[in-house]
Amino acid sequence: MFVNFHSESPLTINSMTLNITEIRKDFPILQRETRAGIRLTYLDSTATSQKPSSVIQAMDDYYRQSNANIHRGVHTLAEEATAMYESAREKIAKFINAESARQVIYTRNTTESINLVAYSWARANLKQGDLVILTEMEHHSNLVPWHMLQTERGIELEFIPVTEDGLLDLETYKALLDRRPKLVSFTHMSNVLGTINPAAEMIRLAHDAGAITLVDGAQSVPHLKVDVQSLDADFYAFSAHKMCGPTGIGALYGKAALLESMPPFLGGGDMIKEVKLRSFRPNTLPHKFEAGTPAIAEAVGFGAAVDYLNGIGMDNIAAHEHEITEYALERLEEIPGVKVFGPSADKKGGVAAFTLVGVHPHDVAQILDRDGIAVRAGHHCAQPLHEKFGIPATSRASFYLYNTKEEVDLLVNGIYKVKEMFG
Amino acid sequence: MDDLYREVIIEHYKNPAYRGKLDPHDISFADNNPLCGDHIQIDLRVGTDGTVTDARFDGHGCAISQASADLLIESIIGKPLEEVKKLNKDSVLELLGIELGPVRLKCALLSLKVLKAGVYGLGEAGDDLVE
Repeated sequence: MFVNFHSESPLTINSMTLNITEIRKDFPILQRETRAGIRLTYLDSTATSQKPSSVIQAMDDYYRQSNANIHRGVHTLAEEATAMYESAREKIAKFINAESARQVIYTRNTTESINLVAYSWARANLKQGDLVILTEMEHHSNLVPWHMLQTERGIELEFIPVTEDGLLDLETYKALLDRRPKLVSFTHMSNVLGTINPAAEMIRLAHDAGAITLVDGAQSVPHLKVDVQSLDADFYAFSAHKMCGPTGIGALYGKAALLESMPPFLGGGDMIKEVKLRSFRPNTLPHKFEAGTPAIAEAVGFGAAVDYLNGIGMDNIAAHEHEITEYALERLEEIPGVKVFGPSADKKGGVAAFTLVGVHPHDVAQILDRDGIAVRAGHHCAQPLHEKFGIPATSRASFYLYNTKEEVDLLVNGIYKVKEMFG
Repeated sequence: MDDLYREVIIEHYKNPAYRGKLDPHDISFADNNPLCGDHIQIDLRVGTDGTVTDARFDGHGCAISQASADLLIESIIGKPLEEVKKLNKDSVLELLGIELGPVRLKCALLSLKVLKAGVYGLGEAGDDLVE
């Protein structure tokens, strides 16, 4: 009853938009087997993407050739390292069409970017009773910083509801805006439902109501062409590791006037212009927010990841993912007992979170792993969203530029095996 | 790997003998596994001699967490609380009869943590309870 794809070789590829055979060669890890004879089928890019050789090589070259601390040294290596660190920032700024590189702050990840806004901007601007609007589909990283501020400051939180088909209820959003929120903070693309939210419209509405906006772009920047200026976002947060770059580095984009007005976040070296025994003057942007020795090699890798994605083209990547997602939803929904969450393929990115009746998602993931298929199981750091849908957890398959329809077929066969096992 | 889904585990998952709640009860405690949201509640009745006279578990989770809860409850009925306090990681693994990696170990041990937190009257089912 199952087609055994493992015995077939080589991998056949069918994409209208990209040469996936060539792309897969760029990712060494995709060549590995998870056990003898079982090739890796990586369907967990929403958690973290795999890394192309060019990114690994760039970081390796940095350590072998140019490693030094940045900004203060005058020797050759320090100058090289500084130039590499700053040129990566310029690439990243261009990638999201920021007005200038000084508006791109390096952080550890999207979570730290959001926390930077919560600690610096929000603590300087929000007081008891001020309203912050979030959504029911937020990742914990865009919930907990605001819970903490609620406890500390007594700010109020309201949530844009998620409809049954996984979209934001914009009518309720408009009604909430009548209460004059100070901040609207929302995800551009849901890490569970895959929903791509109408960010430009939501930002326009927020601005009309006098609110500042923060967009969690962890899932959108890797998969869509993002233009922070045309979105008119005040803050935009994202991570390198979900877009072919290394872990340990992310970015916060902010409008210059806002970033200028904000107090520093972490204190220490590099974020200062001048330090006296009893006082300091903060540095200019972007260094004001980058205390201590940063993740230099990771910044270099981040820049190389941007180069890699540009080389392939974000429009091509989005088109390929759309094709895979459409196919995956169609195949998954054919399986009796499988329920896929979120909107139809035209309104979502490459994410398929699903449940299989009678089997816990952990068990689904574990049994799929036996066939080398990597999916995630759990609440994906979006517990309130799962509660909304009345389920403790889902299994989640997610797709990126290197995934193929054949891998979707492997997933579907694997789910049939799970069904058989749990009978 | 196939061991992980031994028939006995699938059987206890699909047809648990001790799923439910006890009302009244002498001890009741519930907690979650924060990694995956698995939830287990355990209710106990304790006799005047300090022996567990009846017990049930309720909640939701993967086959490993639910099967280990069912096996654990089965094993403690009729035992003195003093003996229940001595149960640890190895006791649960012995009941399951399988080896587990660090992630799935958390699933397997949730019921024991909940049980011991309840017996000791603690506010939280900490990892230290099963060492």
